[in-house]
Amino acid sequence: MKDANNLPQRVVLVGGTSAIALATVHRWLDRRADLEVVLAARPSPARAAAADALRHAGARVTEADLDLAGADTAREQLGAVFAGGDDIDVVLVAAGVLGDQEAAWQDVDVALLLGQVNYTGAVLAGVLAAQRLRGQGHGALVLLSSVAGERVRRSNFAYGASKAGADAFYLGLAEAVRDYGVQVMVVRPGFVRTPMTHGLSEAPLAQDPSQVAAAIIDGLAAHQRIVWSPAAMRWVMSALRHVPYPVFRRLPI
Amino acid sequence: MDTLTRVPTQQQAAREPRHVALSGWGRTAPSVSEVDPVTTDARIAERVRDAGPRGVLARGLGRSYGDAAQNGGGVVLDMTRRRAVLSVDPTTGVVEAEAGVSIDQLIRELLPHGWFVPVTPGTRQVTVGGAIASDVHGKNHHTHGSFGHHVEALTLLTADGSVRRLGPDDPLFWATVGGMGLTGVILRAAIKMTRVETSTVLVDTWRCPDLDSVLAEMADDDRYDYSVAWIDSLARGASLGRSVLTRGRFATVDELPAGRRDQPLAFSSRTLVTAPPIVPGGLLNRWSVAAFNEVWYRKAPKRRQGEPQSVGTFFHPLDGVAEWNRIYGPRGLLQYQVLVPLDASDIIREVAETFSSNGLSSFLSVLKKMGPGNPGHLSFPRPGWTLALDVPAGDPAVGRLLDRLDESVIAAGGRSYFAKDARMRPETAHAMYPRLAEWNGVRGDVDPDGVFMSDLARRLQL
Repeated sequence: MKDANNLPQRVVLVGGTSAIALATVHRWLDRRADLEVVLAARPSPARAAAADALRHAGARVTEADLDLAGADTAREQLGAVFAGGDDIDVVLVAAGVLGDQEAAWQDVDVALLLGQVNYTGAVLAGVLAAQRLRGQGHGALVLLSSVAGERVRRSNFAYGASKAGADAFYLGLAEAVRDYGVQVMVVRPGFVRTPMTHGLSEAPLAQDPSQVAAAIIDGLAAHQRIVWSPAAMRWVMSALRHVPYPVFRRLPI
Repeated sequence: MDTLTRVPTQQQAAREPRHVALSGWGRTAPSVSEVDPVTTDARIAERVRDAGPRGVLARGLGRSYGDAAQNGGGVVLDMTRRRAVLSVDPTTGVVEAEAGVSIDQLIRELLPHGWFVPVTPGTRQVTVGGAIASDVHGKNHHTHGSFGHHVEALTLLTADGSVRRLGPDDPLFWATVGGMGLTGVILRAAIKMTRVETSTVLVDTWRCPDLDSVLAEMADDDRYDYSVAWIDSLARGASLGRSVLTRGRFATVDELPAGRRDQPLAFSSRTLVTAPPIVPGGLLNRWSVAAFNEVWYRKAPKRRQGEPQSVGTFFHPLDGVAEWNRIYGPRGLLQYQVLVPLDASDIIREVAETFSSNGLSSFLSVLKKMGPGNPGHLSFPRPGWTLALDVPAGDPAVGRLLDRLDESVIAAGGRSYFAKDARMRPETAHAMYPRLAEWNGVRGDVDPDGVFMSDLARRLQL
């Protein structure tokens, strides 16, 4: 059960190696070094390192295996993550793959994997998490979406499309569960310097994961539906959405 | 936001069970539960026997500040429809009242007959059931103890649906007094009221320029039935802890001003104003509160004796403003109430210093010297000093400061009050209440499956 200062006691990260999700948890730990964290991710040195860092910061960490690439396995694994244990205060759905965007529209396997992890995986996690939180009568479900889903563009439309689908699903889910005490929030960051974007050229308004983490925590406290990070992204994307396509096509984005 | 923090008033409450977001008086961390406005014992027994995996909890008027009277995902029994005063013994003053009867109702119905509640907290809007479950205390704790001292017997419905009448010789009685509703549903209780000749309190007021002087003044508290100090939490330096100490006792008819002698027991429980439903956050900041505190301190006389005050003015000043908790805005408020032994007044100083030096804007903070405790396992009062401060909720920096203060309080053998808490850590609660394991033993005997559950119990792992 979260406290009066919006500090959670138990959080679940779906995509437990996400830099943004981990930065969010570390921010909570800075405020109170007392938190139970479930890291659901593929077993990897990165997951082990993330768990160690969280333990060092005072968290009690459980690692759970999760591979969103296969829906049947993922469904079973997520079912186990959301079963039992103390109440879950926040579920951060942060799993995502970017991949090679040129392969993603030419290679069927790459295209399907993007959809599988970023859309189907998010939907699976959303449905199962919402069910659990609804039973508790409280809790927050946060989707790490992306500005790339707001208006898909040539350079990363496969990624953008998968995020757009998940984004829309969560916005609807938010309405479906709000009377049950469940808060669903969609976070749309712009360019974030993370391992996922390593090697890409930075877009304007590039930010570090800690900035998104701060926006997530503030957004939860303020009961936001949609959080843009940085906040200016909201106006940038609002403008871009209305740029006529012949112009949009020529923009260096 | 709206639906999550909206708490149903009595007028809005439907007769059918429905899903409702409940929060405490602080309006923080709401949760949704199935709220059943129960009326009969049979219905309560049925709801308890058929409790689902999230359990069941009784709720009164929702004046605990945090999550003590909510049970997310489970069943909450709204007890406020059960408000019959079943019997009054005119010779002893023992009243048998249903758990949903409020202190306000007891005063309204019985003060005209010369009986006053033995203990009243700072609001009349608490139920008898809630007063027992939180073992509330008031300005007369140093002379008369807490509410539980005046309960002669109580009727408890336990997890198996059976109903027991318990007296103070029963360990389950003392597990229930201060037990936060986690031992069962209190159905009825016999409460011994206090004889009064009038409804007027004769009040002596002292303005104390700093903390040491108010602590020293309170040394002779025993001369008064009622005593409490309002403390300016923003005063710093030499003025740290400056206070207005008010102490009093009920007047006899002879002591009343001539105009009041015709109706010595008159009482009005009207509220003067209601706070608007939507208030922006940040209204209470260190400047607005400092201005308020300055006025409050300056308007108090340096020394005044025997001022006649009404019950409402003396005991329940905040009841004059209905729903005053709204003025803290959408993020709500939290109250930090700690108690430390008499020889640990340095911790009171540390708390006061922490609040003032960090500009934590608490208005109407109160300081009181407490008397002996009772056998209640989780009952809050003990001999010592208790200080209660309100602050806007939702500020992580405040959370950190309070966590640090908790450590000092624990080291001094002190504690925080469950009925006010919305932010303690489980380890903190367990360190502050060393009899928790013993209490859990008594509780486990009557509720082995943990049917009675609350968000507070989940958060603090009670």
